[in-house]
Amino acid sequence: MSALLETRGLGKKFGEVVAASNINVQIQPKEVIGVIGANGAGKTTFVNMVTGYMQPSEGEIFFRQEKINGLPSRTLTRRGMCRSFQIPQLFMDLTTLENIIIALTIIKQNNPSLLRPTMTKPIVDESMALLSRFNIDQYANHKISALAQGVRKLVDIVMATAGNPKLLFLDEPTSGVSADEKMHLMEVLMNALRFTETAVLFIEHDMEIVENFAPRTIAFYEGTILADGETSVVLEDAEVRKYVIGSEFHRQGEKTHA
Amino acid sequence: MIKQWDTTEKALVVSLPVLIIVGLLVPDWIQFFLQVSMASGLVALGVMIQARAGLVSFGQGLYFCIGGYAAGMAGHFWGISDAFVLLLLGVIVTLVIATLLGFLMSRYREIFFAMLSLALSMILYGILVKAEVLGSTDGFNLPRTTFFGWKPEGDAWNTATFIFTCVPTIVIAVLLNRYLRSPMGYIGEAIRENEIRLEYLGTSVKRAVHIKYVIAATVSGAGGVLAAIAVGHVDPEMTYWTTSGQFVFIVLLSGTGNIVAPLIGTFLLEILRIYAVEFSPNTWQMILGTVMLLIILFLPKGLWSLINYYKEKRKS
Repeated sequence: MSALLETRGLGKKFGEVVAASNINVQIQPKEVIGVIGANGAGKTTFVNMVTGYMQPSEGEIFFRQEKINGLPSRTLTRRGMCRSFQIPQLFMDLTTLENIIIALTIIKQNNPSLLRPTMTKPIVDESMALLSRFNIDQYANHKISALAQGVRKLVDIVMATAGNPKLLFLDEPTSGVSADEKMHLMEVLMNALRFTETAVLFIEHDMEIVENFAPRTIAFYEGTILADGETSVVLEDAEVRKYVIGSEFHRQGEKTHA
Repeated sequence: MIKQWDTTEKALVVSLPVLIIVGLLVPDWIQFFLQVSMASGLVALGVMIQARAGLVSFGQGLYFCIGGYAAGMAGHFWGISDAFVLLLLGVIVTLVIATLLGFLMSRYREIFFAMLSLALSMILYGILVKAEVLGSTDGFNLPRTTFFGWKPEGDAWNTATFIFTCVPTIVIAVLLNRYLRSPMGYIGEAIRENEIRLEYLGTSVKRAVHIKYVIAATVSGAGGVLAAIAVGHVDPEMTYWTTSGQFVFIVLLSGTGNIVAPLIGTFLLEILRIYAVEFSPNTWQMILGTVMLLIILFLPKGLWSLINYYKEKRKS
């Protein structure tokens, strides 16, 4: 089977600082992958390079068998690759509904119209349907600036998924969300994506979430890939435990308690 | 919310005959002020639609002047006096120049955009002041405009040019309102808020800014032509920074809430200035400055925000 996304020897240097080097990843259609790693391990740099926000210093990226090095993110979005952000990137002074409508309008119109009204019944209905799929339709007429971080996070993800991408990157979807809401947020999210063709790669610090939602895990350490494989294997890996998970992960302990 | 013509557009269409009738009933000097306000109001609209994307143009006088001079030179050198031809010509010239300069301007935001627009307008001022063939600082007069071969005299000419100003102004206002409600208009709003997200949604921010810049310029150019026809004279003051500043003042005064706001704001500013000059001929600028300060302190979103405020109050 041919990979949806493939990187070969991907690397990024900021002056003398090596943010990522020799990253070789293959992502298959419909796969769900968790990415773990300490701060500065190169997770976000990887996503930034692949989605065209940053140009890699070396290596090649192939998306659906085509080389995509150097293409701007807007072109990659059109080809079916989307992302959400660690810090939600939204139109703060507009309402949730307007945010989604702008997203849907851009997705539908390659050359946005200059004279036809944006607010039509079909697009408002479609936006409301999207919002209710993620259980945030009650915030439709609230300005984003008045919403809690957890809701903003979801709006950000809704905007990233609005175009039914082939490949979706979620940069720490649960950061800034309270501990007891995290699981719920991921459940809502994964349920909404379950019936789509979308492959998902999410960056996450909470190992429990990775275990629950990602069959495959990639561990980053100091700009390189430390381990890549089945989640249970990667999380048991001695090096991963030493460099990435450290003492934070107490699953073993919990098991003995149970 | 979900219909082809919104309230503003309907109000504009209804206001056209009302405006013409009122204009014909009031004394000549008020009619003239209305006419000049509409012409300048178009430039203020140009500033306003850019402000909606967070872009402050401190040099919108550039296109006011280009439109005026294009019409003026066509009249002065080629003897073209037909109002329709002059308007078309002014619009085409501004369109071409703005499209070219737009490649440069669409790369900049915020203070850099403001300063660069100011610089471009002052470059034109510098050129015009040095151009003796164009009358240097004095500028030059336009031949009396005609309408498809009709050459009205006296009051008939006043009426004709007044109506000729009303119709394009209202048509442009309706079209601009449509633009602000269109997908491209919403993208404009979004530029003010977050460009990264727009790019990741799959659209080019630079192209959207470029289009907005050209639209604003063309509308301002049309305003320049109409002002030149009304006054019968053009001079480099049109692109001087104080003229451009005045358009920004109008937008601050009126707010960006509605397409009608800058048009009314321009008229209010004209009236305010007349009375300020009459009240204190030597320090009238102080009155304008005080008004501006009060607006910024107490109505940071302009006079139009009062209307929204009362609307919401009535609802609750």
